Amino acid sequence: MAKPIATTRSATTIPTGRLAVWWVLASEVVIFGGLLASYIMHRLGHPEFGDYAAHTNTAIGAINTFVLLTSSYFAVRAHFEAEQGRGKNAAKWLYATIGGALAFLCIKSYEWTHEIQEGFTITRNAFWSFYYTAAGLHACHVIGGAIIMAIIAQDAKKNLELQRVELIGIYWHFVDVVWIFLFPLLYIAK
Amino acid sequence: MSEGAKHHHEHEAEHIRHYTKIYVILLVLFLVSVAGPVVGGLVGSKALVLITAFGIALVKAYLVCAHFMHLNIEKRYIGYLLGTTLVFMFLFFAGVSPDVMEHRGRNWENVAAKQETARAIAEHAAHGDGEHGGGAHHE
Repeated sequence: MAKPIATTRSATTIPTGRLAVWWVLASEVVIFGGLLASYIMHRLGHPEFGDYAAHTNTAIGAINTFVLLTSSYFAVRAHFEAEQGRGKNAAKWLYATIGGALAFLCIKSYEWTHEIQEGFTITRNAFWSFYYTAAGLHACHVIGGAIIMAIIAQDAKKNLELQRVELIGIYWHFVDVVWIFLFPLLYIAK
Repeated sequence: MSEGAKHHHEHEAEHIRHYTKIYVILLVLFLVSVAGPVVGGLVGSKALVLITAFGIALVKAYLVCAHFMHLNIEKRYIGYLLGTTLVFMFLFFAGVSPDVMEHRGRNWENVAAKQETARAIAEHAAHGDGEHGGGAHHE
């Protein structure tokens, strides 16, 4: 079967698949950047946001930060193994990264369940609307990344399409970077 | 083990050490970013809170982008591409923030925002919790 053009072509001096990932991330910067910029201007213009933010659980946010940082380390190790042509090892590190994604989602589910039970729903006020929108959009990216990683790991196990390990790794690190900013904005600045 | 294989092995170990070192630095920064605001709150230093929370977030993001995403060795135009989107974000912020952050200007007043802020602060002062009955969105 012919290889996809993103694998074989590199007219822009980098493989087209990698360029595509950077394009996706550039558009993601605008999406998350716009959302976070909106949150920051509301946070600065509305002192009551500080009181609302006091109800977010810093410990849970911190645990999730640790989980994502660790999963990012696993992703870079997967990339390294793929570069060495060791597909099976790369798949193992990818599965560990998926484990991090699942842990993150479980913790987030617990956190949201608790907050919703307390009455802090998305319609409560502007702060909670921002909170659920930003964290929810981020969680959607975590779910999407984990699914794609599982598909890539299946191929990597057979030593196929190892270049894709780097591509999903770049995406995953971006998801980590977004959380690095969400954590202080939603959990620390009270 | 041949000289070439030994060199390759050492090269690999060096890469892994580098990634592990960056990960450990990220963990240390993470701990500081959690502890810093707590200490800042105790001593009443807003600057300490801001530096440890947001300053360290910037450093962490840089480390991940440069060393895990390999932007430090990526083609330069990728950096320009991402930088351009960041500039758009700042333009958006600069253009919109005066209308959101201020509740009155020369020829306008955001009555709803002012009322909601006053209501929420008064409610928090009364109950020690700004959440009771706070259903209304401002603006």
